[in-house]
Amino acid sequence: MSLLDRETPGVVMTPDNIRTKKLPVVADLGIALGALVVAAAVVLGFGIGNWVLVIFLGAVFYLVGLNFAAGAVEGKRAARNRMWRAAIYAACVLAIIPLVSVVWTLVTKGAARLDGDFFGSSMNNIGARDPNGGAYHAILGTLEQVGLAALMAVPLGVLGAIYLVEYGKGRFALTVRFFVDVMTGIPSIVAGLFVLSFWVLIVSPWFNDGTPQFSGFAASLALTVLMLPTIVRSTEEMLRLVPGPLREGAYALGVPQWKTILRIVLPTALPGIVTGIMLSIARAAGETAPVLLVAGATAAINGDPFAGPQSSLAVFVYQQAGDASRYAPDRAWTAALTLVALVLILTIAAKLLARRNRLSK
Amino acid sequence: MAKRIEASGVSSYYGDFKAIDGVSMTVEPKTITALIGPSGCGKSTFLRSINRMHEVLPGARIEGKLTIDDQNIYDPDVDVTAVRRLIGMVFQRPNPFPTMSIYENVVAGLKLNGVKKKSLLDDAAEKSLKSANLWDEVKDRLNRPGAGLSGGQQQRLCIARTIAVEPQVVLMDEPCSALDPISTLAIEDLMFKLKDRFTIIIVTHNMQQAARVSDKTGFFSIDKTGDPGRLIEYDDTQKIFSNPTQKKTEDYITGRFG
Repeated sequence: MSLLDRETPGVVMTPDNIRTKKLPVVADLGIALGALVVAAAVVLGFGIGNWVLVIFLGAVFYLVGLNFAAGAVEGKRAARNRMWRAAIYAACVLAIIPLVSVVWTLVTKGAARLDGDFFGSSMNNIGARDPNGGAYHAILGTLEQVGLAALMAVPLGVLGAIYLVEYGKGRFALTVRFFVDVMTGIPSIVAGLFVLSFWVLIVSPWFNDGTPQFSGFAASLALTVLMLPTIVRSTEEMLRLVPGPLREGAYALGVPQWKTILRIVLPTALPGIVTGIMLSIARAAGETAPVLLVAGATAAINGDPFAGPQSSLAVFVYQQAGDASRYAPDRAWTAALTLVALVLILTIAAKLLARRNRLSK
Repeated sequence: MAKRIEASGVSSYYGDFKAIDGVSMTVEPKTITALIGPSGCGKSTFLRSINRMHEVLPGARIEGKLTIDDQNIYDPDVDVTAVRRLIGMVFQRPNPFPTMSIYENVVAGLKLNGVKKKSLLDDAAEKSLKSANLWDEVKDRLNRPGAGLSGGQQQRLCIARTIAVEPQVVLMDEPCSALDPISTLAIEDLMFKLKDRFTIIIVTHNMQQAARVSDKTGFFSIDKTGDPGRLIEYDDTQKIFSNPTQKKTEDYITGRFG
């Protein structure tokens, strides 16, 4: 008898028999059905909950029942395997439910105001009794603010990450990395307050005859502060994944370090870097607090991000959701749908552009 | 126009750890020199010192003098990039650039160093791939990714990439250790062919390979773990494998230790 046989009976097949019994699919389904029935009887019988609890309890009963049944037929190891697999599938479904629910709610409720008026007009001079009004000013604001923020944060973040991975050694690099980590945890309202006190109240009067002014650019600054650490950290991780031998291969051809980074290291890490950047852009596009603080929130169209208050989609959703007008909730839903669609389109476009397998087509 | 390499008293360090101690040897132009010895004896470290690849690792440094045609490559005013352009290197594991096609891989060294003319690049790609005995296998799929080739083909692609920039010296760090005997043979044939144009230094664990391909052989060894590696004996390959002067060399090549 081998050590494995003695220590873990039932786990290892005997040398003469490598076949094993399988729990039939019918039994599996039966257990699932039985578990649901028992759960329904318990929950509804005692009157302690509704169908949500039935499904939850049913899932738990199913896992327990499956474990016992499979344990009896297939052995302990196979039963454990089955139970974990079922648990992992369940976790997967659980994770997808909120996502599907959000998208479904957005589409059904947001469809009501998907019209030309919504995308073509602002909220200027729209009263509580007016059913029309749109988010053109907010869409414009979001695009300009996030665009400007990306213009600042992406080069800074990627260059910072390159410094940390390829050049940074010693105390200074450690300090930079530490502060990037600290910055990751900054609440967005704090970034907004920082820009409000520094840019809006101190710097902007210099350009505006001594009067402080809100601007979309101030919002971009706050968003940059929020995006920067995410971009630096994700880019840094991606650059570290590029194997050292690739760099050495380029050095061995007499390629200077900066060109190796630009032409070998960055392209290899590009898909991951783009994913990180898109995550930070998506987060920035959804920020409400800093935009509200430093860009003001106007109902009118303002195409100039450097002067005067601007709105954004997130701020628009916030305002419309809290508005007393009976037409406001529809506008809020449609704006939320627009925001999600915008981020989705940007992400898909970026992924297509950065696809590494352009060679294998 | 291959060049002579002369090492005198080369010691190299990883931080405080001394990896090799006082290696001196002269490598004549257009010869193949094999470096053999047990694992951890510093032969790869020595090889990486010759084109200053050693210092890529943090904390690594060199003492002593390494000259290529009487210019010390460790002089402070020497451009590392120029040294590496002169002394190419093929690595143990094939490392084609994953974002590039076969063609782009071969001309990468030229293109990244500023050669732009398509006709020049095309000629260089064909010539290098032919020299590397790879042309016939890949000529119809030059635009496919380099990483899609088999291990042996990838290694020959890396050799083609190295010789495309026309270095004076080619260093090979166990280039066949991940390859099957047929690919190994292909690369050994290739080395004979390249000998007319380049000085080749190869690190290998395969003593038959050293005996087959090289003109001169250097035997490295260490006394015990933690000690720096030393060059024990350096002579004609013929002599090393038939009549070595050092007891240690004889023990190693005949498979007797300690």
